[in-house]
Formats: sequence, C-alpha cells, structure tokens
Amino acid sequence: MRASLERQRYLLDYTLAALSRRKARNLGLLLAYTLLVFLFSAVLLLSQGLRREAALLLQDAPEVVVQQLMAGRHALLPAAWLDSLRQIRGVGSVKGRLWGYYYDPVIKANYTVMVAPDRSLAADQLIIGAGLARARRLGVADYFSLRAADGRALPFKISGVLDTHSELLSADLILLSEAGFRALFDFPPDHYTDAALTVRNPREAATIAGKIALALPGSRPILRAELLRTYDAVFSWREGMLFVTLGALLLAFMILAWDKTAGLSAEEKREIGILKAIGWETSDILAMKLWEGMLLSLTAFLAGYLLAWWQVFHDGARWFAPVLKGWAVLYPDFRLTPAVDLQQLLVLLGITVLPYIVATLIPIWRAAIADPDAAMRG
Amino acid sequence: MIELREVSKIFNQGQPNECRALCGVSLDLARGGITAFKGPSGSGKTTLLALVGCLARPTSGRILLDGRLLSNLPERFLTEVRRHTFGFVFQQFNLIRGLTVLENVMLPAYPLGWPYRELVNAASILLDRFGLAAKASSRVEWLSGGEAQRTALARALINDPAVLIADEPTANLDSALSREVLTLLGELAGQGRTVLVSSHDPLVFDAAQVDRVVELHDGRIVRDAGRAREPS
Repeated sequence: MRASLERQRYLLDYTLAALSRRKARNLGLLLAYTLLVFLFSAVLLLSQGLRREAALLLQDAPEVVVQQLMAGRHALLPAAWLDSLRQIRGVGSVKGRLWGYYYDPVIKANYTVMVAPDRSLAADQLIIGAGLARARRLGVADYFSLRAADGRALPFKISGVLDTHSELLSADLILLSEAGFRALFDFPPDHYTDAALTVRNPREAATIAGKIALALPGSRPILRAELLRTYDAVFSWREGMLFVTLGALLLAFMILAWDKTAGLSAEEKREIGILKAIGWETSDILAMKLWEGMLLSLTAFLAGYLLAWWQVFHDGARWFAPVLKGWAVLYPDFRLTPAVDLQQLLVLLGITVLPYIVATLIPIWRAAIADPDAAMRG
Repeated sequence: MIELREVSKIFNQGQPNECRALCGVSLDLARGGITAFKGPSGSGKTTLLALVGCLARPTSGRILLDGRLLSNLPERFLTEVRRHTFGFVFQQFNLIRGLTVLENVMLPAYPLGWPYRELVNAASILLDRFGLAAKASSRVEWLSGGEAQRTALARALINDPAVLIADEPTANLDSALSREVLTLLGELAGQGRTVLVSSHDPLVFDAAQVDRVVELHDGRIVRDAGRAREPS
C-alpha cells in the first residue's frame, strides 16, 4: 500500500517536472482548455440562474390567469366575466387586469405597459423600469410622451423608477393608472386584458381551470405552473442552441488535443523509450500521462469554472446576456443569486475533462507499447 | 548465463527500407567479467545489446536468461526482467533533460515505490562513489561529457542489476576519461556483475579489464576471442 502511494508520488513529481519542461506548449493548451470550460460553465450557470430567478419571481404571479379567445386569438375580456368567475366554487379573488405593449420607434423597443391599481397613480403619471430609464435617459420628475391610439402625444410625468432587484421582469415595464391606460390605448371601458384569479386550495388549481373552461366556453385559463414551464422551455431552447455551437468548439479542442498528443514530438517519444529502457512499465508511463492529463484538465476546469462564476454572478454575464436573456433592446441589469448545483458540476466535468483524458491517453498508449529500442530510435 | 540461439533482427521487414541488423547469431555469455563487442558502425553491436537487454525482441531465434526463455515473454514480464537484471548506459547517455543529476539517478526506481529517504540515500551513495556528490542538484544539461557518463552509470546501477550493458561508453570521452570509465567497469565486474560493452574504440577492447572480445560484421559474429565457441 505504502509502496503504491510512494509510486504515485514519484509519478506526480515527474509529471510536474515534465509539465514545466514544456511550458509554452502546455500553457497554450491550458489557455484553450480554460476558455472552453469557461464558455460551457458560463452558459450553464447563466441559464440555470435565469430559470431559478424566473421561478422565484413567478411565485408572486396569480395562480390562474383567464383570457378570452376570439378565433383562437387572445381578445379583450368583458367586465361581466369577472362576476361569472367569482361564482365558480373554489375561486378566491378575481381581478381584471389591464396591460399591453407599446412600441417606441425612437429606440426601436417594445415596452410592456401595465395598470398598477395599488400604486395610486394619477392619470398623467407613470412609473418606468430601470432598463427603459437607462435607454431613454429618464429619471423621476421627467416628462415622457407616449403616442396615443389616435396619434396625439400624451405627456406623462415619471413618478418613479422600478428598482433593479426586479429587473429580470421589469426592465421594459411602464406602470400606469387605469385612466391613463384607457386614454393611451383608447381601451373600451367595460373590458379588461385578462383576469387574475386566486384559488382557495392551490392544489385544485387545475380542477378549477377545468370548471372555468366549462362555464365560459370562450375562455383560456392559464396556470402558474404552465408559465413556469414556458420559461423553462424558452431558456432550454436558447441554452440548447448555444450548446450546439459550443459542442463544435469542444470537438475542435479534442482534435487539437489529439493532434498535440498523437503528434508526439520525437523528443517525447524518445523520453518514453528511455523511461521504458530503464525499467518503467507501460502502465507507469500511462499513469504518469494520466496525472499530466488530470493536472492540466482539472486546473483548466477550476480556472474556467471560477472565471464563469465571476462573469455570471459578479459581472452580470455581460458577454452572454444578449443571447440567453433574450431582450431585444432593453437588457436587464441584475445580479443572479450564486448557487452550486452538484449535478451541473458533474455534467461539466463529464463533458470537458473526460473526453480530454481519453483523447490524450490513446496516442500515448500507442507510443508506450512500442519496444523501448524502437521508441528511442524514434 | 545468457544464451542466444540463431537470433536475427530485421528492421522494417517487408518494406523497401528493410535492414538486416543481425543474422542468425548464436552466443553464450557467462556470468561475470567484461565482454566487449567490437565492429564497425552498422555491424549490429547496439542491436545485439538491445536484444540481450530486452529493449527489443528478435525477429527470429531465442534468447534465454538462466535457462528462461525471454524472447516470447509478455511485455510486463519482460519489463520486470529488464528492471531487475539489466542496467543500461547508452551511447548518448539518454539522461532526462530538465531534471537534476540526483533525480535522473533515482528515476529507474520510481515505479518500485521505495520510501523517499531510502531512495535518496541509495542514489547519494552511488553519486558519492562516482565523484558526483557535489553535482547532485545540478541539471544534467549543465554536466561535462565525463560527468554525464558517470551519471548514466550511477542511474544504471540504482536497481542493483546483475548485468550492466554499456553501448559505446567511451565514444564521447577523451582518453583519460575513457580509462577512468574502464576502471569503473572493471570494478563493477570485480564485484561479480556481468558487463557487456559495445565499442569500436581500441582502448576498450585492448584494455586489461576486458575478458572477452566478440567481433561483429554485417550482423554476424566473425571472431570470438575468449572462452566461447566460434560462430557456426
């Protein structure tokens, strides 16, 4: 047992000396490897962080949202439906919601416009999201004109800017009073965009949704769980697209690693021959090279992962946000909560470290099984 | 006792650059003493030593060590024999650059997993014996030819082999250093080791320490001045 441990120690010593002897080559490989791990880790950390963040924010979303459908499309919901919904057994509160989208040609961005009854805003006041404030360089007490449905410019006074904690969902948000909203969009007074419901027993949300669909045949009840699934699917799709691209990068790296080791220099082959000639077995050579591969790949893994961690959780994932967050113009500026997922870590190890070790060991093994005399002659 | 029976070695067999390095060599090498293999470049001396030392396998024929057939042993057992029976001193020394003299001497024992202190002691005794104690922590690329030769000799002895194989041990040395090396080899033979050297240096095969001279030409033994039989 002790001899076996000592053997590993000697092999590790030799490996470290061998790595330092070929500094330039190994540093180049280490840099390329670190970059690869960094890209994979950053995509994984960011997309999982976004999913977690979205799930946290949606905790406060209504359990059921009811829309009216017209010809399969979302139509305005008559105010009379609110009473019908209240009469369904199991339904708690019912609130009519007013919201829509506003296209701003100045910065070519879409805003989400919502009525916030609990903010007690005057008809000419609004609150804007932090992303919008940045993009239009607006602040509290500034005036912001929006073009109404009839073409008139409606001036609004900004009474507040939403804080950055909720920026994932509020970067492009405009909050208005009901009067201001109806004036801006010429919205019919007896209609709402949709209705938000609470249910008495959240476990029965799906049953109640079924009852709503029966009671109001033109309705579409949407559960909070379905919203979460949609977010998940969107992030998975984006993540998948990036992974396909990164997969090609991984393949390129493996080819590089294979080439580096398959094309062992004459000096390396000679060294393997010398080691075998003086009494090293093929398994000793392989163990030594395994140490080399592990040292290189684990260093790259650690460096790449920590760099990705810093980039995602402390630098706002600036390099990846445009692809993964998905806002066309108004990118939210927010900090994700750092979290370590063991399974995610193992998957990353599996897709970066294992292929490298396999790709490098095979050519080494081919060189190591040659007769020492042939290996030394090159 | 090492026995070679009709041993041949062909490199790149079946290819346009095929080369017959040894042709049907038969030879008995008794324990102890110094046997020198002489002959011009390309006569097959180095190949013969490589086959005896299990660094390569013969294309045909048999090699036996104390009656045990070596030529068809699996790689693992062959390494075991090589590690414990043979020590090598190569023509170009073949020291590992970037490592110190001490590390190079310790290198053959790494896979055996000796306790570190024990291994350093064994290597230090050898370095002391060959006058290299002061150079123990020097990198091998900084050594003179003579120092590198003695380092290679110390490395060959770290596992205490019964047979020392030295390929052209004086090729890179001046006459004074060559005599020094021959004296060292003589001492080792005097301790009961078998020493096999290849050389085309008259200083070696005319030396008093050498017990037997085997001459090769074009891969065949053409003269055997010693105790063994003449080639068939």
